[in-house]
Amino acid sequence: MTSDLHAAVAAGVLGTEESHRALLQSIVSVARAIFKAKASSILLLDEETDELVFEAAADEASESLIGRRFPSSAGIAGFVLVSRQPLVIEDVLTDPRFSRETAESTGFVPRGLMAVPLLHEERALGVLEVLDRPQDSRFTLAEMELLGLFANQAAIALDLLLRARRAESSLAGQGDLAVVARVAAKLEQRREEEELSPDIALRLLTELEKLL
Amino acid sequence: MSAQEEPLPAWSLPAEAVDRIELPEVWPGEITREWAWGAATGAGVRVCVLDSGIEAGHALVGEVQQSVAIAIEGENVTVDEQDTAGDLCGHGTACGGVIRSLAPECELTSVRVLGAGYTGSGAVLLEGLRWAIEQGFDVINMSLSTTKQKFAGLLHELADSAYFRRTMLVASAHNMPVESYPWRFSSVISVGSHEQKDPFAYFYNPNPPVEFFARGVDVEVAWLGGGRLVCTGNSFATPHMAGIAALVLSNHPELTPFQLKSVLYLCATNVGGGA
Repeated sequence: MTSDLHAAVAAGVLGTEESHRALLQSIVSVARAIFKAKASSILLLDEETDELVFEAAADEASESLIGRRFPSSAGIAGFVLVSRQPLVIEDVLTDPRFSRETAESTGFVPRGLMAVPLLHEERALGVLEVLDRPQDSRFTLAEMELLGLFANQAAIALDLLLRARRAESSLAGQGDLAVVARVAAKLEQRREEEELSPDIALRLLTELEKLL
Repeated sequence: MSAQEEPLPAWSLPAEAVDRIELPEVWPGEITREWAWGAATGAGVRVCVLDSGIEAGHALVGEVQQSVAIAIEGENVTVDEQDTAGDLCGHGTACGGVIRSLAPECELTSVRVLGAGYTGSGAVLLEGLRWAIEQGFDVINMSLSTTKQKFAGLLHELADSAYFRRTMLVASAHNMPVESYPWRFSSVISVGSHEQKDPFAYFYNPNPPVEFFARGVDVEVAWLGGGRLVCTGNSFATPHMAGIAALVLSNHPELTPFQLKSVLYLCATNVGGGA
């Protein structure tokens, strides 16, 4: 019960799915800019269906990509996920079969890509991809290091998103905990607006004690 | 040791038994690359690639002596020793091609443990490694790892048993701040990347857990459908070390993993082998 209460309070305070998604979106946007790439995306592993799902994407067609799914065994992203090994490919056009179907279904067939697994503690949460760096720049190990740093940040963000989703789903159908979450969310909102004085908090507590 | 002799006790060496552990080969005063793998082709050495499969007949790979696929359904482990599905990703073909580019006459076996999705991939990897060690390969290339803590103990036991059975595991290291296996175990050769072009340039690292750095940046590799790609990653540095290990064993098949590691150390580019 204690953990359920924690989840309820956390769900109220941690913020919405939108705010976590915005964090992921920010990471792919920065990754794309830093590597001067055409696109960047974050794919989340859905363990229940064994699929990879686009959670964030930075490119022209990014909106339509979010939520798209494909099997976790497909393409380079799938391989990177199961092998836990980052991979950089300079020119995928020379590969006649490589994940072409997956790439075409996204409306964008890259020439080159960097893919890195998103690992948090012992779990593989997903994959970060950076597509089409400038062709005249050779890949170096310093960039691999940078990619690893981005991956670490993205993995933490994905972990937060998953925690928030779990907390929210743990509240579904549990009326009293949902109320706790809403109270926590309201208090947090007031605190952010700097309208939560000790006086208001005490009055709230007094009323709650009367009711309970 | 002849077949009639009792094995030596694990804890001691009786005086009359000293001649029983006499080494078959006299080592030169200085170990050079010429001694280690001069004129070697990899002939007679059995190399196993634990990966996504290998596309047989690829121009950069050549003949694949055996293709095996490991699968787990429920509690049952199935080993298909006549797998015909080839490579499901391209990665295993890339690794096989790098090994053959260095040791063109080595025997190559593919054990497919990847490509059937994420779920259960750690258990399949473990069973694939167990099967490969039982077959007594000389070298096993593992350009992959698992982060699952529950497999770490078993993988460690398997890595040690390979080491004592004269099977050299060569495994890709990680460049991210996570614990993964089996590359962190001292009974394997763990490999990271350097940026040089020479496929025979490799460096010993005095600050483990990564023991060696081999060519891993902008490597032209074999890929699916007879294709080629230019790739970067420790995945491709690893088969460079596996290929060089196969060459050494081709010239010196009696070497134990401990001795093989010693030869690789002495011939490393930053130790003396660069000369």
